[in-house]
Amino acid sequence: MDTLKLKILDLLKEDARRSASLIATMLGTAEDEVARAISEMEADKVIVKYATVVNWSKVDDEKVTALIEVQITPERGRGFDAIAERIYLYPEVKSVYLMSGAYDLLVEIEGSSLKQVASFVSNKLSPIDRVLSTKTNFILKKYKQDGIIFEDQEDDHRMLVSP
Amino acid sequence: MIKDETTIQPSNKSMQNYLAPAVREMKPSGIRKFFDLVNNSKDDIISLGVGEPDFSTPWHVREAAVHSLERGRTKYTPNSGIPELREAIANYLYTSFKVKYEPSNEVLVTVGGSEAIDLALRSLITPGDEILIPEPCYISYSPITSLSGGVPVGIETFAKDQFKLTEKALRDAITPRSKVLILCYPSNPTGGTMSYEDWLPIAKVVEEKDLIVISDEIYAELTYGQKHVSFAAIPGMKDRTILVSGFSKAFAMTGWRMGYACGHQELISAMTKIHQYTVMCAPVMGQVAAHEALTNGLEEKDRMIESYNQRRRLVVKGFREIGLQCHEPQGAFYAFPSIVATGLTSEEFAQRLLFEAKVAAVPGDVFGLGGEGFLRCSYAYSVSQLSEALERIGKFLRKL
Repeated sequence: MDTLKLKILDLLKEDARRSASLIATMLGTAEDEVARAISEMEADKVIVKYATVVNWSKVDDEKVTALIEVQITPERGRGFDAIAERIYLYPEVKSVYLMSGAYDLLVEIEGSSLKQVASFVSNKLSPIDRVLSTKTNFILKKYKQDGIIFEDQEDDHRMLVSP
Repeated sequence: MIKDETTIQPSNKSMQNYLAPAVREMKPSGIRKFFDLVNNSKDDIISLGVGEPDFSTPWHVREAAVHSLERGRTKYTPNSGIPELREAIANYLYTSFKVKYEPSNEVLVTVGGSEAIDLALRSLITPGDEILIPEPCYISYSPITSLSGGVPVGIETFAKDQFKLTEKALRDAITPRSKVLILCYPSNPTGGTMSYEDWLPIAKVVEEKDLIVISDEIYAELTYGQKHVSFAAIPGMKDRTILVSGFSKAFAMTGWRMGYACGHQELISAMTKIHQYTVMCAPVMGQVAAHEALTNGLEEKDRMIESYNQRRRLVVKGFREIGLQCHEPQGAFYAFPSIVATGLTSEEFAQRLLFEAKVAAVPGDVFGLGGEGFLRCSYAYSVSQLSEALERIGKFLRKL
């Protein structure tokens, strides 16, 4: 990927609401060139979606998130992909990663209560053929996500005017 | 409580009478005055007034200092600094700017670049010597010259020359009493820089007039689109130059107060004498952190510089769009737009901008000759803060 596109991605990762015009100014390049690069990356699914990072602990209806370690038996010919697909199609599932190490898939589940997450694991995930075992880890507190520190951000301690 | 009648009370005499004349006559810094004004205002102010990075010191640098403390490294160091840091400084200056210094006797680690400049001036000045200072410039040069008994002589530089020092202006300012030339490029507050070609005629005059140069290169890393050229790297200038720099700006280490001076061993030895009788040595934890910054922090430094460059483009374009002339700063992290068209003085403009638009920026006149009619605006702020500040300044201008 060319350097311009990488720089655009860096700036959008910091703030997805930045306009092509602002990015063009910051990078010292033409606005239409930036707009074209963004369109291309959207079409190529390099930019998959513009999402908002939410600190749900600040919201009343706090969500429960669990990371589930799943051991599976891979399917002949399709390896882990088919089973991963079965799992990621559930709307409760926020992310699925194929892992090296002690287990095969790491599945992130989001629900409105512990009971709902537990029910998903026991009623939907565990009964899937080829799922050998699951180990559910509830997230107690999020400190940092996607490079963003949720709390105790370092304040600007600088004086308002200095030499 | 029993009153001790024997105590000598100096109360019938103003304390001012006890002060050294050079200190008594020293004017408070214009920045200080503006700082008080800003601090006394309780409003939600967006500041473009600071001369320091908005990044925290990179974590690995902080961690190196913490680790060193944990291991009990808390003792005095050699007066001129820990050997590994002096060596790292020499390597860095050679690799980056092609100036070669001998770590053992041509490098002195100081408490910030400011101490290095003070030591250099105190080592060189005989009372009455004239010290040439291109202005607008960093606010300390003139007062610390006076404190050393020297006579500061400002040389005005202009926006039409991108605030470069010209051969003619330098020649016009020189008298038989001229001894030292203080250079600061890239410049605080203008962002002006000097190229190799710009330096050559200046070097010719320096040699011809037998001047010593104190080259404050604290912003050397912060240049955009061109590589910094150290004055010491100009042929024949190394032995006439005391190169001063530090870690504050490029490595976001302002509070650590880590700086250094490099130059001819006899000059560095003289400076070291004063240094050993005043501060003894720079703090050891700062030296350890500085060593880590130089040896493992260059990548992080580049990332910060790229970010300043993005914000520089945003601010310069922003000022031009709202109708303020702004030369293209090629270094440091300041824009220096002209406010002459508004008919206000720098101080009036900055005060009204503060009270009416809630934006703090430093009036250009505090930086000496040539600063009147300008405003120093730091762009070491987040993109959203800069955008908001530009919007407020634009609204303010439309109401004038």
